[in-house]
Amino acid sequence: MKLVSEFRQSGLADGLVRSIRQHAGKPARFMEFCGGHTMSIMKSGLRQLLPPALTLTSGPGCPVCVTHNADLDKAIALASLPDVIVASFGDMVRVPGSRSSLQEAKAAGADVRVVYSALDALSLARENPEKSVVFLGIGFETTAPTVAASILQAKGEGLKNYYVLSLHKLCPPVIKTLLDSGEVNLQGLICPGHVSAVIGSRPWEFIARDYGIPCVVSGFEPLDILQCIDMLTRQVADGEARVEIAYRRGVSREGNRTAIDIMDRVFEPAPARWRGFGEVAASGLKLRPNFARFDAEANFDFDPGPTATPKGCLCGEVLRGVKSPDDCTLFRLTCTPTNPVGPCMVSAEGTCAAYYHYGEDDVR
Amino acid sequence: MPPIIITVKTMSDKILLAHGSGGRLAHDIIRNSLLPALSNPVLARLDDAAVLEPAGRLAFTTDSYVVQPIFFPGGDIGKLAVCGTVNDLAMVGAVPHYLSLAFIIEEGLPLSELEKIVYSVKEAAKAAGVAVVAGDTKVVNRGTADKLFINTAGIGTIPDEVDISGHNARPGDMLILSGTVGDHGIVVLSQREGLNFATELKSDCAPLNGLVAEMLAASQNIHCLRDPTRGGLATTLNEIAEQSDVSIRIYEDKIPVREEVSSACEMLGLDPLYVANEGKLIATVSPDNAKKVLEQMKKHQYGRDAAIIGEVKEENPGRVVMKTGLGTTRIIDMLVGEPLPRIC
Repeated sequence: MKLVSEFRQSGLADGLVRSIRQHAGKPARFMEFCGGHTMSIMKSGLRQLLPPALTLTSGPGCPVCVTHNADLDKAIALASLPDVIVASFGDMVRVPGSRSSLQEAKAAGADVRVVYSALDALSLARENPEKSVVFLGIGFETTAPTVAASILQAKGEGLKNYYVLSLHKLCPPVIKTLLDSGEVNLQGLICPGHVSAVIGSRPWEFIARDYGIPCVVSGFEPLDILQCIDMLTRQVADGEARVEIAYRRGVSREGNRTAIDIMDRVFEPAPARWRGFGEVAASGLKLRPNFARFDAEANFDFDPGPTATPKGCLCGEVLRGVKSPDDCTLFRLTCTPTNPVGPCMVSAEGTCAAYYHYGEDDVR
Repeated sequence: MPPIIITVKTMSDKILLAHGSGGRLAHDIIRNSLLPALSNPVLARLDDAAVLEPAGRLAFTTDSYVVQPIFFPGGDIGKLAVCGTVNDLAMVGAVPHYLSLAFIIEEGLPLSELEKIVYSVKEAAKAAGVAVVAGDTKVVNRGTADKLFINTAGIGTIPDEVDISGHNARPGDMLILSGTVGDHGIVVLSQREGLNFATELKSDCAPLNGLVAEMLAASQNIHCLRDPTRGGLATTLNEIAEQSDVSIRIYEDKIPVREEVSSACEMLGLDPLYVANEGKLIATVSPDNAKKVLEQMKKHQYGRDAAIIGEVKEENPGRVVMKTGLGTTRIIDMLVGEPLPRIC
């Protein structure tokens, strides 16, 4: 199939929509874990095709959004140190921390560079031997292996000025926290596609087994997601709960062994703070002791200051799936993409940004 | 300010700060290497200002070009400056006549690159049928400009019967797009450092005044013309909807997008509707004339892929909505900020 056009054929979509309508019965709520899915669902207007009994809820799968303000403040404090270049993915630069953003720090003289991968940050380190380059390690299991690879490469080259602030997060532990909280009642989980391409579908099996919730790993095209919803709807109708893959072209049960191994060599699980969830055990990645010299946190003396969250911002609740952007009094009024209050309005995968850009309430 | 483009050839093959200071050598070079490329009777007088005698209503525009990189497949900053300025004039139905170009050059730019760009200016001006009648050059310290910036102005005249404006779109009008969207933006992105990816795409950078003339010959009922440059088709449609106090409905499967462009956008997390074009226009045309205009456009080299992509409506003024390929509907908003590639 062609990458884009054939995945958006309306004929194929019609068949899936018919099947979903046929199998949908009692009201059911599915959560799309991943912000990429939320964006695709909103952008394609896919919810308009679903029967009223089916509700889709956005989950915490946006790495920029779940980054805690305390961690963001660390990045800003690091960027403000002399002779330090902070290299970051683009979205992160605009997210407001407790008092400022990387973008504002940059305007005030900090050296903040937008990069497209950790390897670009490595190049920066090579080109600026007199400076320290700190890569902002934001992301899930999808991104962490590439950052691990950059650290291995830096070690191999003997680069002395490359550091990583590891704010990486792991998805299965936070889903467990979400389900244990009992705040949301889910009948199905649309499991992240790219995360699963790395870790495989096996790590979701506990959800089907222990919580009785059907799980389907989905790709990101509207057709992928429709197929996934169809598979979930059928499981619900049949009273089953198992893990299926609707993204066979990218995901296997065992995942990508090479990527997992690289990640394991460099990082070890550690507690991590999530926006909306607080500290979740073993849900982050820190550098193993033999890579400690690349750890920005351990090698720089900086003061991130006290943590604060903007008043009225519901990003935490939105990430937990208990509130929708429309429930937030700031949404669209005080909080817009040009003047974002919380990260969910900034990120290309943020729920609020998706609802803002593609909100469909009064379109039809 | 002399109405000429000044450059200097010395023993150095790079632009030096001294090249900005004028002087005899500079004047020799203008006469020997620049005038032959760009000359016309007005410019050749080398007076402090160009003396022009246009007849009719004037259209006057200015623009600045800061594209990075300055050379890209399908064009360079010189061609872009000429086409961009010509297109701004053409979008009010004007016949472009005169351009001014002011070069702001970063110290150290290879002279050969400047000359290549001046040659592109010449070729593009010839293709568009316009004369460069005034110019200026400044050289600034290394690091205070990125290689080369060009500021332009353009003057054209508007035929009596033509009345085209972003305010003129009317409910019922058909929306015609002159070709594929996103080509220029993706080409430029593909050349950026840190993002290089291979593509055979070329920028669509082209002067559109010829196409507009053909369209106007086919129908006087063209109400609104716009070239969707920065911000892409989506932003331009929002501007029209706002200015004309109408809504616009477009159909995703009618919008021509090259497979390479949609694939690159998918990879980078961009939407082709928000990616820049430099040789495309959208027109709103009264419904009974739309077919005629479309057929005329398809005969022109810059309108071969033209298509009717939607229509102008009355309800919900200011809003642009799109019927997606899936049969659903969504709002098309203006571009917010710089489009950034996704990270996950």
